[in-house]
Amino acid sequence: MAQLTLVQAINSALASEMERDDRVVLLGEDVGVNGGVFRVTEGLQARFGRDRVVDTPLDESGIMGAAVGLAIAGMRPVPEIQFDGFLGPAYDQLVNHAARMRTRTRGAITIPLTVRVPVGGGIHAPELHSDSPEAIYTHSPGLKVVMPCTPYDAKGLLLAAIRDPDPVIFFEPKRVYRSFREEVPDEDYTIPIGQAKIVSEGEDITVVTWGAPVFQCLAALDNLPEDVSVELIDLRTVDPIDIDCITESVRKTGRCVVVHEAPKTVGLGAEISSLIQEHCFLHLQAPVQRCTGFDTIMPYYKLELEYLPEAPRIQKSIEECLAY
Amino acid sequence: MPKKVVYEAKIEHLQILDEDGRLDAKLAKDTLTDEQVVYLYEQMSTCRQFDEIAFKLQRSGRMGTYPQNKGQEANAVGAGLALQKGKDWVIPCYRENAALFMHGLPMHYVLLHWMGDERGNQIPEGCLMTPLSIPIGTHMLHAVGIAWAAKLRKEDRVVATFFGDGATSEGDFHGAMNFASVLQAPVIFYCQNNQWAISVPRELQMNSATVAQKALAYDIPTIQIDGNDIFATYKATTDAAARARQGGGPSFIEAVTYRLGDHTTADDARRYREQSEVDAWLSKDPLIRTRKYMESKGLWDDKRQKALEERLSRIVDEVVKTALEIENPSPADFFNSMFAELPPDLARQRDTMRTSSLGLDPDQAGLRSTPEGVR
Repeated sequence: MAQLTLVQAINSALASEMERDDRVVLLGEDVGVNGGVFRVTEGLQARFGRDRVVDTPLDESGIMGAAVGLAIAGMRPVPEIQFDGFLGPAYDQLVNHAARMRTRTRGAITIPLTVRVPVGGGIHAPELHSDSPEAIYTHSPGLKVVMPCTPYDAKGLLLAAIRDPDPVIFFEPKRVYRSFREEVPDEDYTIPIGQAKIVSEGEDITVVTWGAPVFQCLAALDNLPEDVSVELIDLRTVDPIDIDCITESVRKTGRCVVVHEAPKTVGLGAEISSLIQEHCFLHLQAPVQRCTGFDTIMPYYKLELEYLPEAPRIQKSIEECLAY
Repeated sequence: MPKKVVYEAKIEHLQILDEDGRLDAKLAKDTLTDEQVVYLYEQMSTCRQFDEIAFKLQRSGRMGTYPQNKGQEANAVGAGLALQKGKDWVIPCYRENAALFMHGLPMHYVLLHWMGDERGNQIPEGCLMTPLSIPIGTHMLHAVGIAWAAKLRKEDRVVATFFGDGATSEGDFHGAMNFASVLQAPVIFYCQNNQWAISVPRELQMNSATVAQKALAYDIPTIQIDGNDIFATYKATTDAAARARQGGGPSFIEAVTYRLGDHTTADDARRYREQSEVDAWLSKDPLIRTRKYMESKGLWDDKRQKALEERLSRIVDEVVKTALEIENPSPADFFNSMFAELPPDLARQRDTMRTSSLGLDPDQAGLRSTPEGVR
């Protein structure tokens, strides 16, 4: 078993699935010779050849549309969109074609594609390189949306995503790409899409998050008084959402803070709050709180940490919710 | 340092059968046999009859909006014959009904589609095609991806995709052309330049002298043809398919044709185009010119025409009957086809036909009674 970063774990998953299934084709901007701008696909073209790891023209809609065609023809395309903000040009192909094909053909044509997208802020990147659009795609029926934040989860979920018979968006929190290592098995394994993980068990309050903020939440927990017991949930998959895990926890704690990088209004925090009030109404001891990005455009990086829900703001939200 | 020419190009226009039904025998060599001409005439006539009945179904309230194919049939049949059924793919827009029928799609599927029933898109096993594509220009990329897969797997397959002149303004059109060119994918871009994108004429759509020249930017072999001439549509597609099979990559065909009907049954073309323009194109109708040619060759006469009309009337009536008699789908259908495996909350929505939550959870305290339909 090797100690791998998130980047290495994703690379390992891609390599093992390409080895196992010759229908898997990687395509995207700079994914071949250069191994991707984050080096996630490093070495894969040398190993699997130029036909299976393909440097495409610079055209996100083209990448997604061609991937839809590959999938129609029975391949397992794994396109990469270089940054979250560049998913916009591919939106039409993803939402209006990939996501709809199974249902509009009543199952005659299916689209088993997994689009990988580096996501989120915190790495001092330029404009449109730091967004968190997961709620947009969760609102669009027909897609699954996954956002793991640990190397172990990333490998298992990516293998599950590529093997899934339907389109999956696999968001990779770039802030965590190289932030730590953990043991990742060499052999392949899958983690079911749609299962949350309890990162730490607790009794007093539930914190629900996913992606890079998991680590900001852990930092916030470290600064709370020792007698406060927090249950931290990493959703790992945001669509379909593991409502049972959230419900069970909030019925126990009676309080909940949802943390995400994306803007607040009509974000996933709103959906989760709504699910909690539907399922845990009489168990609630405080209104569900959202600690999220602001309803502004993501600022350039000089102010990105003021925009993002960093540990001190999360800590304050937890303390306020506990004090209610 | 003198300037030098680094690129030169010309666009050829191909017509083999003219408007009066006269054939250029030299150009027609090795194209359609007499038997094939009759076959294509019958296919065009089938499509025309289908079109007229579909129009009436809409007008009598038995079907939703429908886009007539009228006037453009020579394209779908010529290309449809040049492509190999069960081996090559047809990636249509929505004015290629005849090509879909020739490649095995049951005719009532197209009616079902326009009757608001997804089962019309449920392409039968072995039919290599995608369903009618309503958004403009997005499906060409799918054709490129399918062709790319064929190339990767070294399969002897060609993919033809159809679209109108308006679609060539879309970004995805250019993306598809570029991808196809870079990948040298075995794909045929077949533009039915019917002069109108709903109400916008070709000259407002683009300032290019031809549509065909757009392919030059991607170094894709390109030709402009008379799109109402079955010999030209067949020959151009056959040549493009042969090039693709020999590893020559993509081709582009601009077929100059005309939408004789409204854009759809929801449109009234009198609002934006002159009747004189339509009248001028009526005489170029592919059915009229093909019939003239067949009659001049002794392949056709009034008796055969009458027999064909009777036969088509019976066939299309049967198709309409089939479509109308199909039972309404159940609401569960729109859930069941969302994913291979339905997530729990979607299954709950399907089973209860509710999105509200009260009563769904037996542990939910405060519930006074269980609403109807809740399990």
